[in-house]
Amino acid sequence: MTRIRFQQSLEDLKENLLIMAGLAEQAIQRAIEAYRVRDLSICDLVTRSEVAINRMERDIDQAALDLLAMEQPMAIDLRFILSVIKINADLERVGDAAKSISDRVRLMDRMAVVDLPVDIPRMASLAADMVRKSLQSFIEADAELARGVLTLDDAVDQMNRAAFKALTKVMEEQSHLAPQALNALMICRSLERVGDHATNIAEDVVFWVQGADVRHHKSVAADAKAEAVGTAPAGAAPSQS
Amino acid sequence: MGVGIAVAGLNAWYGSNHTLQDINLNIPANRATALIGPSGCGKSTFVRCINRMHETNPIARVTGTIRIGDLDIYQDATPVEIRRRVGMVFQRPNPFPTMSIYDNVAAGLKLNGYSNRRSLDDIVEKSLKNSALWDEVKDELKKKSGASLSGGQQQRLCIARALAVDPEVLLMDEPASALDPVSTSKIEDLIFQLKSQYTIVIVTHNMQQAARVAEKTGFFLNGRMVEFDSTHKIFTNPSDKRTEDYITGRFG
Amino acid sequence: MNGRGAQDKVRNEFRLRAQLRGLADRVATSLAVLSTVLVILPLVTIFTYLILKGASSLNLAFFTHVPAPVGETGGGMANAIVGSALLLAIASVIGVPVGIGGGVYLAEFGRGTKLANAIRFTADVLNGVPSIVMGIAAYALIVVPQKHFSALAGGVALGIMMIPTICRTTEEMLLMVPHAVREAALGLGVPNWRSVLSITVRTASAGVITGCMLAFARVAGETAPLIFTALGNQFWSANLNEPVAALPLQIYVYALSPYDDWHRLAWAGSLVLIFLIVLAVSLVRYVTGRGVLKGAS
Repeated sequence: MTRIRFQQSLEDLKENLLIMAGLAEQAIQRAIEAYRVRDLSICDLVTRSEVAINRMERDIDQAALDLLAMEQPMAIDLRFILSVIKINADLERVGDAAKSISDRVRLMDRMAVVDLPVDIPRMASLAADMVRKSLQSFIEADAELARGVLTLDDAVDQMNRAAFKALTKVMEEQSHLAPQALNALMICRSLERVGDHATNIAEDVVFWVQGADVRHHKSVAADAKAEAVGTAPAGAAPSQS
Repeated sequence: MGVGIAVAGLNAWYGSNHTLQDINLNIPANRATALIGPSGCGKSTFVRCINRMHETNPIARVTGTIRIGDLDIYQDATPVEIRRRVGMVFQRPNPFPTMSIYDNVAAGLKLNGYSNRRSLDDIVEKSLKNSALWDEVKDELKKKSGASLSGGQQQRLCIARALAVDPEVLLMDEPASALDPVSTSKIEDLIFQLKSQYTIVIVTHNMQQAARVAEKTGFFLNGRMVEFDSTHKIFTNPSDKRTEDYITGRFG
Repeated sequence: MNGRGAQDKVRNEFRLRAQLRGLADRVATSLAVLSTVLVILPLVTIFTYLILKGASSLNLAFFTHVPAPVGETGGGMANAIVGSALLLAIASVIGVPVGIGGGVYLAEFGRGTKLANAIRFTADVLNGVPSIVMGIAAYALIVVPQKHFSALAGGVALGIMMIPTICRTTEEMLLMVPHAVREAALGLGVPNWRSVLSITVRTASAGVITGCMLAFARVAGETAPLIFTALGNQFWSANLNEPVAALPLQIYVYALSPYDDWHRLAWAGSLVLIFLIVLAVSLVRYVTGRGVLKGAS
């Protein structure tokens, strides 16, 4: 096998991305745990890991840029490096979402604990599951597993919409619970974002492994309808597989 | 204007060496088609079959058909006639060393009996302009010999010489492999401009070059054509694993 | 610690070796120069001697008069000069086309064939045949059937002697034309014969001409073949069918004669012969060189 150094560099890139993925996944788990047990020391852990995640994002992007410039990668190698760059960005956002949740937990610490009509732990576990599965598909280069992740996003989105409805109702009818409700709402939004990022990661895995662009699959039908009616922007592109 | 080239069931031998095995492809007109593959895969042999240059080797043999436009080049024409319609640029620039720049460009015409002075002047000028060499040599056309130019200029001179006989197809066998990056870029820009008038087939071992200039690319391996598709597809998502192994450098 | 000492030792050894190498270099260079001098020395000596002995006998009469009858002084070698020119012209007409044609065949069309190998072998053998044998052959083939000596016979003898040299040199020069140049011509749709003549031969022309000049210079000084063919002539003659005077022949006859006068003429003749050969070669070089372009290889 030729280009041994290049192959090694690709392996190193993958490994570093997985380390970062591990940090991001861990951050989400910790943030959710902090919410569950209201433990501020765990929030500190999340804040600290944020620094590491940001630094890794820069390093991975730099390594990927070097490989593009120096090695003229082609076909699957090119797709791989492109995916790494995109997944890199999504993982950093996942880290941001974790921090956002832990910041909310800090704020909620000064508030009384109340019962709210949302099942944040369940939503959190769904989102975390999506992240885990998308990273698993990356480790194993499994496009089918990745495609499976795409379907899980609907559940999370639905839960978010339901939470929005329920919590706004709470804020309207029981205004003394507004601060807690608002925070819960923000946490739900962060979790919904985590689900979106996991979806992106899965789409990038499919692109890498199969060369197929499966992004924005949900919006194809919506775009088609909107175009027919004449309200969609002209540049909306349908997904290509 | 260029014409398409249709290759069917082409087999070639050098003595007992079965150099090309059952090649089938259609090269589109007025486009650049790149042929890539490792050393010894047969891509140069293939290209030399198109203008019947492989026949200059006494132990060469060919079966199958190649049609250029409507013409079956093995049944309906002699090698000399074909080579007047299919021009060739070689790997190392090979201008005629004892001839001036003007005579080099006009060589194909003069040696075939063409002698109208004024037309020759026009054709020489047009060919040199088409190969982006005119400005650099227009003052010394008849005083400087072809061999006194730099490598990149010599290659452009060879291109002008090939264009002067007004071929329909231009075959280029690794035309920039002996040149520096600047000259290479000039040749690639040239290919881009020439596409509109000629059908170009370029053999290259430089995949980035194939990616830069050609619409379609064919991958040759061990005398067979493994994959022939749009350049975009070959370099982003090839269908055949052997193609992928070659272009990612995992070969061998 | 002996490290420092060992380093010095090595350094000294290097210095010594370098000095020895320098010495060897100077010795070798001196030997080379000496060899060159030894080679040039005879040449220079001959020229100088010729000039010393012959220049004094050169006058206008030498170039305009035929030899004086025995016993009389004066006279010249005008007829020999003209005769040599005639013989060389005939020889060239025979030798150059046949030689070049043979060379072209050997290099371009007959490569590898048995016929080409036979021709090449024959040429090499002919090259080694003593010139007097050539003369005898021409005598047997032309003089005897015609029953008289002639300039034609002399020219033929000389021409045949030119052929092997020109043939082999032409072949060598043609083979030196890079394959790429031939391919370029063929790629343009030029038929093979045209490519050979207009491109390959033209590219090798400088070398081919040199080959012809070498052959020319060699036969210009040949005497033996002319003894039985051209025979020599005391009077003006430019008739192909009559014996003709030639410089080398004349020099030979005069040198062997017992007359001082004729000895002096022989010296002058030798000088003129060499000078004329040099002149002819230079002239050809100049004429063919005028067409060479800036930077052509």
